[in-house]
Amino acid sequence: MLGNLLTNYEDVAAVILFVIGMGNLLLQSNLVKKIIGLDIMDSAVYLFLASKGYIEGGASPIYVDGIMDASYYINPIPAGLVLTGIVVSVSVSALMMALTICLYREYHTLNLDEIMLKLGKEEM
Amino acid sequence: MMTILRIVLLVSLIICAISVSLSRNLLTSVVIYMAFSLTMTSIWLLLESPDLAITEAAVGAGVTSILFFVTLRKIHSIQTEAAEEIEEIEEKEEDHEQAESKL
Amino acid sequence: MSKPNPNYKGSAWDKFTRWAKGTYDPADGKLESTPPKDRLSPGERAERMLREYDQSRFEEGVAKEIGAFQIISRIFFVLMAVFMVVVLLYTVSFLPAFGDPNSPVNNEVSQRYIEQGLEETGAVNIVTGMILDYRAFDTFGESCVLFVAMCCVTILLRADKKNEIRLRVREEHEMLEYEPQEDNILQQAARILVPLIVIFGIYVVLNGHISPGGGFSGGAIIGTGLILHLTAFGVGRTRRFMNERVIKTLTVCALTFYCFAKSYSFYTGANHLESIITTGTPGAILSAGLIVYLNICVGIVVACTMYSFYILFRRGAI
Repeated sequence: MLGNLLTNYEDVAAVILFVIGMGNLLLQSNLVKKIIGLDIMDSAVYLFLASKGYIEGGASPIYVDGIMDASYYINPIPAGLVLTGIVVSVSVSALMMALTICLYREYHTLNLDEIMLKLGKEEM
Repeated sequence: MMTILRIVLLVSLIICAISVSLSRNLLTSVVIYMAFSLTMTSIWLLLESPDLAITEAAVGAGVTSILFFVTLRKIHSIQTEAAEEIEEIEEKEEDHEQAESKL
Repeated sequence: MSKPNPNYKGSAWDKFTRWAKGTYDPADGKLESTPPKDRLSPGERAERMLREYDQSRFEEGVAKEIGAFQIISRIFFVLMAVFMVVVLLYTVSFLPAFGDPNSPVNNEVSQRYIEQGLEETGAVNIVTGMILDYRAFDTFGESCVLFVAMCCVTILLRADKKNEIRLRVREEHEMLEYEPQEDNILQQAARILVPLIVIFGIYVVLNGHISPGGGFSGGAIIGTGLILHLTAFGVGRTRRFMNERVIKTLTVCALTFYCFAKSYSFYTGANHLESIITTGTPGAILSAGLIVYLNICVGIVVACTMYSFYILFRRGAI
């Protein structure tokens, strides 16, 4: 029934982190907290990817002493993917922070509910 | 032994994530997010990916936190006495401008 | 002789003496000064009452709606979270075990990258060889993503002409009031730390194909050094070597060079032409063909992006 659930503890942690980040993203009404929640979700996905590429007892993917055997190193592909992802995630969060600053300048609040209220008033 | 260390780090990661969502103060949650990134760095090292560790330390714990701090300054979440004085001056200026425009 | 109290005016004793003299009335401005009601025709009054009623009812309604929405969304979220956790954990239990060398992730692609990587790319660091040689256009797209993000932040946070004077005034206030403009401790520390940080960043960029690191991490480190310089010495001194034109020129030149260099290498590689790029001896700084130069390009783009993010957030202009 449990299968590999107990040996895959990194994946279990990634799942829990993903749900916590999503909770932050959906339930918090503060915009900065939402951004942090999205970053946590990013980290959870990276953790999942990188843990898939790990091989027990493998060395980091840098050639040592001319050993060219594939079983000596860990899988380099997830590391490359995650490396790209980390830098993209920082530009995404910078963009969202810029939007947050614009919203604050317009409405003088960070609470999404208050912003919606002010928007509704403007429409009236 | 390594397994225990890994589990401890993962548990501290989850604790950091939960306390980010529960903390009331925005500054506190950003600092906790920094700690989250640093824990992530050590997890990358244990997963034998030093490239990821150095990138996460420079980008996640460094630049993202700096940007968060500047954002908090811009949205007046970090209040200093001088900032309050500036706001008062600005409010006065605004009132003045409004009075002028009425005239 | 007693000192004159600076807060004397308005104090209780001052009020008492003035009251005794008859020039001060404590009830003044409190009892009689209800503002005269402006006269409205019954129709106007009804209209205004209706509007106020509408407003209050609207706010009440919105508040009630938001409250109800929050409760419902919380319940839905808990249900969804439980559902997602169950589904994902069920999936995880069927995934190959952690650290299993025979898992399907470790297929012939990674085997090929590891076994042929040193011959084909000349990079000792397999990850760098992979992202800057086999998958170089992926990294090119990512550098473009950084450039586009920089442009978007510029558009969003730029001080436009309407607000420019106001922002400038405010900025000067902030600078004078609580920017660490001439902070001696910070400046002395920065004088030692900034060169070290920048040199470490350059080292990480240049050794990207030999040791861990590369353009992304090294560029971010250089960007942090520039941010420290900006914080310690003020905008004026940093702008002498990092202004908008320099950043634009550096980024566009780096992206263009990356594009053409990689296009050349793919063109010659795909057509089995003789290429002028050689892999060199593995382990030397000037080995691994194009990877060093591409790393420098990526480092320049990342450093410029991080620095301009910071300065745009700070003052709305590069």
